[in-house]
Amino acid sequence: MTLFRNVVFVAALAGLVAGLFMAAMQAYATVPLIIQAESFEGAGDGHHHHGEEAAEGHSHSHGEEAAEGEEGWAPADGFERFFYTSMANIVTAIGFGLVLVVVSEFAGGMAGWRQGLFWGLAGFATFTLAPGLGLPPELPAMPAAELGARQAWWFVTVVATGVGLALIVFRRTPMLAALGLVLIAAPHIVGAPQPASFDTPVPAALHHDFVVAVTVTNLLFWAVLGTVAGTLRARFADEAGTAHKRFA
Amino acid sequence: MNSSIRTFGTDVSAQSRLMQLALAGLLGLFVIGFVGFSHLEAAHNAGHDYRHSMAFPCH
Repeated sequence: MTLFRNVVFVAALAGLVAGLFMAAMQAYATVPLIIQAESFEGAGDGHHHHGEEAAEGHSHSHGEEAAEGEEGWAPADGFERFFYTSMANIVTAIGFGLVLVVVSEFAGGMAGWRQGLFWGLAGFATFTLAPGLGLPPELPAMPAAELGARQAWWFVTVVATGVGLALIVFRRTPMLAALGLVLIAAPHIVGAPQPASFDTPVPAALHHDFVVAVTVTNLLFWAVLGTVAGTLRARFADEAGTAHKRFA
Repeated sequence: MNSSIRTFGTDVSAQSRLMQLALAGLLGLFVIGFVGFSHLEAAHNAGHDYRHSMAFPCH
């Protein structure tokens, strides 16, 4: 299980670095906007209900009511909230790192920091850009379609975009490149689940700032994750002496 | 079978390589799925700001 151990080690270290970096970026770039938007959650509710009751029927029962009314455990504002956000960042960064390293191994492995950076950019395109087109980052107190449908669309879009990119980059035939493009475009032609009404008390300018902040922080996150993973991976290969560096 | 493959600084058989990589990949997907898409209340609230900041579908 040496290979498994090495993959996990590289992903864990890259995830730790990228996750801590991401938590620091979020603390000043995205979380203040989320907290600002939460102030509209109570205020907008009366207004919110009348137009959206029908549209939001499902998601309401799970999300809003639970989050607003009889709330279960939630971290206290301030340090505790930051701590849990940081933990979520680190843990999922390790998850993303595992996926990134494993997929790149099937393509010959990252041969250095620069290839790692490109892999990171591919991760950004797959996990942030593509799903973000149909489902832009949302703030609290914003209307959205049913949660399950959005999660399903998100997942399908990520898989289709990842496979599409791989077909374009690693299969050098025009037919498969065209198929790759079709796969990338298809989820957007079908369209993401949207709410019946976009009525929200959240100012458009606040949401715009949030979309930019989320997209840019994710770009930097993926760049760091890929670069660190590529650097470590190359070091492992070097240590083995006669490592075969198979370029994609 | 001596068809060992040199990868990631170790020698492994093709079959073992596939198995180990698949295992690591599944572990990654499980971790992302649990934190990003969990409907468990406590996990949901703990990762709230994170999911919004990652543009994961949240509420």
